[in-house]
Amino acid sequence: MKIRNTRRVAQVFFFALFLFFVVVTDLRYLKGYPVSLFLELDPLVATATAITTHTVYMGLITAVLLIIPTLLFGRIFCNWICPYGILHHFIGWLMGKRRAEERERIESNRYRKLYSLKYVILIAMVVAAICGSLQIGWLDPICLFHRSMTVAILPMINLIFPSSIYVKQYFHAGAWVIGFLLFFLVGMNVLIPRFFCRVLCPLGAFLGTLSTFALWRIDRDPNKCVDCDLCLKNCEGAADPQTQLRKSECFVCFNCVEDCPEDAISFKFLPQMRREISAPMIPARRALLGSLIGVGFFAFGRSTGAADRNYNKKAIRPPGSVEEKDFLDRCIKCDQCIRACPTNVLQPALLETGLEGIWTPILNMKLGACELNCTLCGQVCPTGAIQRITIEEKTGTGKFADQGPIKLGTAFYDYGRCLPWAMETPCVVCEEVCPVSPKAIYSREVTITKRDGTPITLRRPYVDPALCIGCGICEHECPVTDEAAIRVTAVGETRSPDRRLLMDGGVTSAVRDLEKRQR
Amino acid sequence: MKTNSNDGDQTRPGGISRREFLIRAGATTALIAGASAAAYKLWQPKHFVPGFGVQTGLQLPSYATAVSKVLPSLAIAHGSDHEKVIRAVIGALGGMGRFIQHGDVVVLKPNVAFDRPPALAATTHPETLAAVAKLVLEAGASKVYVADNPINSPTGCFLKSGLRQVAIDLNLDLMYPEASSFSPLQMDGEILKHWTFFHEPFKKATKVIGVAPCKDHNLCHASMTMKNWYGLLGGRRNQFHQHIHSIVSDFALMMKPTLVVLDGMNVLMKNGPTGGRLSDVKPMGTVVAGTDMVAVDSYGYTHLMERDLDELTYIQKAHDRGLGNKNWKDSLYKEVQA
Repeated sequence: MKIRNTRRVAQVFFFALFLFFVVVTDLRYLKGYPVSLFLELDPLVATATAITTHTVYMGLITAVLLIIPTLLFGRIFCNWICPYGILHHFIGWLMGKRRAEERERIESNRYRKLYSLKYVILIAMVVAAICGSLQIGWLDPICLFHRSMTVAILPMINLIFPSSIYVKQYFHAGAWVIGFLLFFLVGMNVLIPRFFCRVLCPLGAFLGTLSTFALWRIDRDPNKCVDCDLCLKNCEGAADPQTQLRKSECFVCFNCVEDCPEDAISFKFLPQMRREISAPMIPARRALLGSLIGVGFFAFGRSTGAADRNYNKKAIRPPGSVEEKDFLDRCIKCDQCIRACPTNVLQPALLETGLEGIWTPILNMKLGACELNCTLCGQVCPTGAIQRITIEEKTGTGKFADQGPIKLGTAFYDYGRCLPWAMETPCVVCEEVCPVSPKAIYSREVTITKRDGTPITLRRPYVDPALCIGCGICEHECPVTDEAAIRVTAVGETRSPDRRLLMDGGVTSAVRDLEKRQR
Repeated sequence: MKTNSNDGDQTRPGGISRREFLIRAGATTALIAGASAAAYKLWQPKHFVPGFGVQTGLQLPSYATAVSKVLPSLAIAHGSDHEKVIRAVIGALGGMGRFIQHGDVVVLKPNVAFDRPPALAATTHPETLAAVAKLVLEAGASKVYVADNPINSPTGCFLKSGLRQVAIDLNLDLMYPEASSFSPLQMDGEILKHWTFFHEPFKKATKVIGVAPCKDHNLCHASMTMKNWYGLLGGRRNQFHQHIHSIVSDFALMMKPTLVVLDGMNVLMKNGPTGGRLSDVKPMGTVVAGTDMVAVDSYGYTHLMERDLDELTYIQKAHDRGLGNKNWKDSLYKEVQA
């Protein structure tokens, strides 16, 4: 088999594997598949989280499997494995200059200065990470593709073919932004082939930097070459194979090797250095500009106080999340947790968690509620922003009985909107659905005289803040559906000592008190 | 035609042939006529008030079998093994053959409202469902559906309650409440008139069996076989609580099941309907089955929940509306040990 066909087989395989993992990230199908494999293979994820946390979390060590071949052969990931690159390759073939004249195709694949932008982006992201804000998820292709699938594409498929993906339609805040961004990036292939990969991709820039040291590369024999430029006709990376090869740009797609009519191009071990441009071309002042953007992003984002005293009441994080500043050190915005969530409560944040937290997961109780016996979000989180907690740890049972349950926030009543409190109408759905035992929501029976003079006996609900875990099912099930009469806010969450509500954390002592009273 | 028009162009500069004139003018005229006709067809000349149209919906047939004068309508069995107790209680009623005939399509309605493991008794116990399903299959049912519209996420509820595994093991058809599974139901209840109903499993059903756990409920005191039908409704169910007793008694009007089974092997005595601790659960080792859900629930409330029936308003309402008999001792009943 020709090498180009071998590559096509690999591309189909890895793309299908990625789609398979995306689809099976669902409670019905999960069977311990390594659904985060592509994220864990991604050395930019591993490196950037290593910069922010000084550790390589669990499966992220897999990235070494990709760093090694990149150091040997260059950016093979980009055109053989990367599902997002494969998508762009395919769309470029489908919509691009496939039918154009040979000359036009050759011209569209020449290197341009614009292609060094990705190194500026990478520098900005690395510098932001050094400062303590992990922002690679904006453009890291694996994070970006996972997020686009979860938030935009799968819901789109389910809208057109109901119940094909979800039992009930999922909704996502800001889905249109993520969806249109995907369409824009994919559509740009019409103007510039592999626009995202050549111009924006920070992972490509990272792998390009690593390929500086690659031992094998595409090499042109100048004695055989007739300068026909046909090697450019299908060059995916715009790596100038017709002259000095730009190693950092080459996707190792092997198209030039097969397109050369003179057999002048081959894949060689240690070819002469003078016939290549080894390192990425990035002017020092552009690099400085990138660093400044990175520092600025961190500083301007952090100085809003969104991760500190000025935190938003809606910044309710999934169960097992680490403290907010550590969370921003770890979350790569891949939104795997949002995909895995069985209730649709997890949502990509817009500005609730500040500039730095865009597209990180938060809970929106209007759309769902945190299921008590569920820790799926933590099981699929590749970076430990949401820790891999057990049910016992989450609910504070078994050997975790002394530390009590993990609280996401606290529920508060808005009695002006509550039916039994303000409208002479029985209700207490909130008490019914409260999942903890003893229930954090309790009610007191009162008999009142209605406006028309008749008596009515009602139960009026209250929250016991020591027992409330902030799961939000009360808010989700409240019949006042536009703005519920009981709402969970972030205060009282266990992960952060700064956001505690009760002096002693209260939980276990409250349970013991209640048991004593034998309610 | 092409030659004609070419000829026309040549012989009469700027002119066209008659044939071409007729085709082009005809096409434009047809488009004008089509657009006008479509506009007139779609035209709504009167204003209307949203949400006040005439409501129609499906009527649910009765799934009850003929009343027997010889066989008991209520049976109570005590024991420790789920399957043995279920077999005993159905046996006391005269066997499943009395209810299910060869070729019947049967809907089993468990209560899987919450995402709970079986031991917490907030959901129908998997062994109970399995035992009932086996009897139904042994009686010759051609197809058995298991359906519920839980409060928590459906996939999580069926998985963690263990009922999904029962469906897989016994080859039952598990139906998740998908958006397309619902159709409006029309009835003349005290409160329930027109409501979205989980219709999909009932499209081919000939028999319906409710398999409910016996549990405490914060608002309506107890959730048993009558309250179990809540899980067949969709839409804004959180409004039901404003008239909970009327609604629950309406369920007895809405659904005329073939049989109801009340699982009192382990009873959720407090902190219902969700429970959450083993200490909320009391082992009672009893299963009640019968054709009258009011009678079954009356037994459950007095003997399993061990409470005073007078406080259970929905039973009183259903009794007064002639939807069942709360005085279970008046009916022909049989109590057995498994």
